[in-house]
Amino acid sequence: MTVTQLKPVDTGSPDPTPPRFSGRGGRWWVPWLFLAPALVLFLYFKFVPMGSALVMSFQNVQPFLGNQWVGGDNYAKVIASDGFQQAAWHTVLLALCQTAGSMLLGLILALLMEGQSHRLSFIRSAAFLPVVVPMAVVAELWRIMYHPTGDGMLNSLIGLVGLGPSGFINDPHTSMASVIVTGIWRGAPYDMMIFLAGLAGVNRDLYEAATVDGASRARRLLHVTLPGLRSVFSILFILAAIRGLRVFTEVFLLTNGGPNGSTEVVMTLITKLGLEQNRLGVASAGAVLLFLATLLLTVVVSILRRRERE
Amino acid sequence: MSAASETALGLKESTTPAGRLVKLVIHALVLVVFAGPLLALLVSAFNHVSDPTQLSVVPSSPTLDNFTVAVDQGVLKYLLNSFFVVGFGLLLQVVVSTLASYALARKKFPFMTLVFVAILATLMLPEEILAIPLSLILSDLPLLHINLIGTLAGMIVPLGAWAFSILVMTEFMKDVPRELEEAARIDGAGEFRIFAQIILPMCRPALGVIGVFGFTMIWDQYLLPMLVASDSSTYTLPLALRTLRIDPIVTPGVVMAASLLALLPSVIVFLFFQRSFVHGLSSGALKG
Repeated sequence: MTVTQLKPVDTGSPDPTPPRFSGRGGRWWVPWLFLAPALVLFLYFKFVPMGSALVMSFQNVQPFLGNQWVGGDNYAKVIASDGFQQAAWHTVLLALCQTAGSMLLGLILALLMEGQSHRLSFIRSAAFLPVVVPMAVVAELWRIMYHPTGDGMLNSLIGLVGLGPSGFINDPHTSMASVIVTGIWRGAPYDMMIFLAGLAGVNRDLYEAATVDGASRARRLLHVTLPGLRSVFSILFILAAIRGLRVFTEVFLLTNGGPNGSTEVVMTLITKLGLEQNRLGVASAGAVLLFLATLLLTVVVSILRRRERE
Repeated sequence: MSAASETALGLKESTTPAGRLVKLVIHALVLVVFAGPLLALLVSAFNHVSDPTQLSVVPSSPTLDNFTVAVDQGVLKYLLNSFFVVGFGLLLQVVVSTLASYALARKKFPFMTLVFVAILATLMLPEEILAIPLSLILSDLPLLHINLIGTLAGMIVPLGAWAFSILVMTEFMKDVPRELEEAARIDGAGEFRIFAQIILPMCRPALGVIGVFGFTMIWDQYLLPMLVASDSSTYTLPLALRTLRIDPIVTPGVVMAASLLALLPSVIVFLFFQRSFVHGLSSGALKG
C-alpha cells in the first residue's frame, strides 16, 4: 500500500511522455484476464449454487414436471416439522458442547504443553495428529473403539474403573455425548495450536511485572494470560461454531442420525430429504436457514469484537 | 529467570522428583489420549484380528493379510482416485488462486473491492450447505450442458473456487516490493512473465501454506465426492471406508489397513511441512 502511494515521488521526473503501460501497469483488461478463471469457477460453483438454493427454497421442485412457486411454504414446512426442530436443537447442542469442550481442553493442553524443550514439541506434534487425519478415518476408528459390548476397546477401559459397558453410539442416551467426545478429540489439538500461538503473543514483560508485584501463578493466569488471549477466544469460537453448525461427516459415519433420531443434525436431515426423498425444495429451505444461522452468528460475534476493541 | 522463556503457568524445570513425575504422567496421558487411538489403528492394520469387535494395541500375530484383502477389495484403485483428485484439484486451486491474487494484489481496476469482497464472502458459505445445489449444477453445467456426475472431474473442478487460498496469497503478494516489478517492466517483461518469474518466486512461503492447507482440505473432503460419485468406480479412499465396513466379510483389521492408507498422505504432508502448517494456522486464524 505505502509503496503504491510513494511511487509518484520515486518517478518524480518531469518527463510527460506516458509510460508504455498506464500508471498501474497494463491495459484495462489485464487484471480481468488474471481473474477470469477464478471468476468463472466462483460463479459456477459458489454463486450459482447459492442462488439456485435460494430459488429452490421457494419452489416445489419436480424434475420432470417443472418447478412451481410455492412462496414460503417450504420454510413453513421446515420450521413446523418436529424433525427439523429436533435436528436444529441437536445441531446447536453438538456445536456448543464441541466448541466449549475443544476450547477448554485445548487451552489446558496449550498451558501444559507450552515450552521449548524437544520433548514438548514432540508431544505437541503427536497430539496434533488427530487434526490432520481425515474425518472418515476418525469416524471408522471411533466406531470400533465405541463397540457396545463389554470387550469393546473403550468399554474395557471404563470397565477398569467399574463403569459400563456403555452402548455409546448405539444407545440413544449416550449417542450424542459420544459424537461430541469424538469431535472434541479432533478439535482440541487444533485449538491447542491456536492458543499456543496466542500465548506466544502475550507480553512477557507483563509476566515479569506480575511476578515482581508478588502475584501468584493463578492470579497471573487470570489477570494477565487469559485477557491476553481474548481475541483468540473469539476467533476460535466463530470458527468452531461455524464448523459445528455444518457438521455432517462424523455424524453421518458414526450414527447417520440414529439411533432413533437421537443424533440427527440439520445437515444429515437435509441430505436425507434431498437425496433419499428427493424433496429438494424443502431441503434447500433447510440449507438456507442453516446459512442464515451461520451468517447471523458471524455478524454478531464480529460486532461484539469490534465493540470490545473500541 | 529469563522473561523470554517464561510460560503462562511458569512451569520451570522441576527439580524435585515429584514434580518430574507429575509432568511425566501428564505428558504420557496426553500422548495416550491423542496418539493412542492412532497407534491402535496402526497396530490393528498389521495384526491378525480374530475378534471383530477389538482393536489390538499389542501386535500379537503380525500379518500383512489385512492389506492383501484390502487390495482385493479395490483399495488401490480408490487410493489412485484420491491421488488423482488431490493432484489435479490442488494444481487447479493453486493456479487459479495465484492468478486471481496477482490481479487483486498488484493491480487497481474498477470493481476491485467488489470482486474481492464477493470472493471473501464465500468463506462464510460452508460447502456442506451448497452440496445439494452444487451436485445438481454438476449434473448439468449451465450453458455448457455437461454432466460431471460420476466423474472424477466433477470432484476436481469445484476445488478451483477456494477463497482461503486467494486471501492468503493476496495478502502476501501485496508485500512484494514494487521496485522488482518496475525493473522487469523496463526490461520489457510481459505481464505473465512478471507474474510467473518475479512475483511467484517471492511468494514461496505463502505457496507452502496454501499448498499444505489445500492438500489436507481436499484429502479430508467427504460430502461433495459422495454426491458426485455415482458408483464405486469413482470412490475416493475416504468414501470407500464406509463401503468396506458395511461389507460383512471384511474384518475391522482390513478397515484399519485401508484407513492407514487414507491417513498416511495427509499425516506425511503435515510432518514434512509442519512449519507452513502451523504458521498458516496461527496467522490465518489470528488475523481473522
